Amino acid sequence: MSLLEIENLRVSFDTEAGPVEAVRGISFGVNRERVAIVGESGSGKSVTGRSILRLVRPPGRVTADTLRFDGQDLLSLSERKMRAIRGQRIAMVMQDPKFALNPVMTIGDQMTEGLRRRDGLSRRKATARAIDMLAAVQIRDGERVMRAYPHEMSGGMGQRVMIAMMLIPDPDLLIADEPTSALDVTVQAEVLAILDDLVKERGMGLIFISHDLRLVSRFCDRVLVMYLGKIVERLDARDLESAQHPYTRGLLNCLPSIGGDRSALPVLDRDAAWAE
Amino acid sequence: MLIEIDDLSVTFGKGRDAVRAVRGVSFAVNARESFGLVGESGSGKSTILRAICGMAPVTGGELRIDGVPLPKRRSKAFSRRIQMVFQDPYASLHPKRSVDATLAEPLAIHGIKGRDERVVQAMTDVGLDPRFRFRFPHQLSGGQRQRVVIARALMLEPEILLLDEPTSALDASVQAEVLNLLSRIREERNLTYLMVSHDLAVIDHMCDRLAVMKDGRVVEQLNRSALASGDVREDYTRTLFAASAHEVAP
Repeated sequence: MSLLEIENLRVSFDTEAGPVEAVRGISFGVNRERVAIVGESGSGKSVTGRSILRLVRPPGRVTADTLRFDGQDLLSLSERKMRAIRGQRIAMVMQDPKFALNPVMTIGDQMTEGLRRRDGLSRRKATARAIDMLAAVQIRDGERVMRAYPHEMSGGMGQRVMIAMMLIPDPDLLIADEPTSALDVTVQAEVLAILDDLVKERGMGLIFISHDLRLVSRFCDRVLVMYLGKIVERLDARDLESAQHPYTRGLLNCLPSIGGDRSALPVLDRDAAWAE
Repeated sequence: MLIEIDDLSVTFGKGRDAVRAVRGVSFAVNARESFGLVGESGSGKSTILRAICGMAPVTGGELRIDGVPLPKRRSKAFSRRIQMVFQDPYASLHPKRSVDATLAEPLAIHGIKGRDERVVQAMTDVGLDPRFRFRFPHQLSGGQRQRVVIARALMLEPEILLLDEPTSALDASVQAEVLNLLSRIREERNLTYLMVSHDLAVIDHMCDRLAVMKDGRVVEQLNRSALASGDVREDYTRTLFAASAHEVAP
């Protein structure tokens, strides 16, 4: 039995032009491993991540034959029990720290809020725990960072703070939604390395959502490729070069490389029939 | 030399809080050349583009176009020659203006006739279906929006385009389309590009020469073949090189 089991997950939204199915019947399982979901904007990859945490609000509708985490059916769980899972057992790192952190709270208050309210820790203990976590994401001057507000930090620093915050309750599964897309390339590498170490050390499951196929292939064990709400190809990351699907091949080849020739970059020839 | 940046300094703020964003930067770009500025956030690369457009407080040095120092206030003639494409197509288009209104505005300001034909032609040139002419930005995808931004920059038929991270807000697959578009336009119109990006692979694909920036200074200038053969002097360039090749530490 997998840590997370998903069968025939569907998510739809009502729009003026009628209902739109963002996710159209996908199935996969995640163990204590690193699984990437890759696709372009609109492929349904982020909605998949959000529906696992039941963060898709009505009028959005989520249905599935199975949506089970550690043996519990997530769809039928009460909102109260769901809250005990969110953050505690399944955590999520969002794309852009500028929007995901509270701009009017210091980092320290945001990081210790859960520890103090939920776990009833004293201010001193909670602060010590938060500083330890900051050290784990290689923020050495934790005390200063705890006093800072989000706008006083660079993007890379903000993203590290968010990862630290998500890891405080020691979750079993981490969902990272484009955690490095808003960062500079040099900082991306650092943040990925930190994430990688933590996942390995703690034996967490990781769902890594990204549009960058090359990036995830160096970082994950398995890759699910999504197009228009369907999984069109499943691959072991090491077999990426032998991907068969034209969409996967297109995503692989569209990036420029240093020293490459300068002819036009291959572009995706999208075919709606792939998602039939 | 078409564009000459000579010992440029830009400082924001005063006294104790002063931030020296650009510190004595010099480089020059030939006509019809494509020149890249690469570096991390905060290295001052975008500030240089903004300084050229008169949108940053220049505190030292000189900017020359065709050997003529830029006047304190940028004139209409300036915007006919030089246009800028911004990073985020979500932020750089007016949300309540249709594609048509956005593209027609430069024509109105400069008193250029033939609005209808020019707008339709500009849309076709950047690969936008003219049916989108009366759509608003929220009805377009990120890639389509960036095409509108590029079309707007081309309305006055400039000779120089300043490109500030034109694809970093886009998906990898859409980035390829926009980069191809920019390459084609440069070829067709003999344009000069000054392009900023944090991604060395993008700069390498688009530019003949490049300058690597760090903390407001140029640390190294390279041409494309030096980069391809790894013939770089500075450690910082190597770090950028490794990061752009997506070499994630194991």
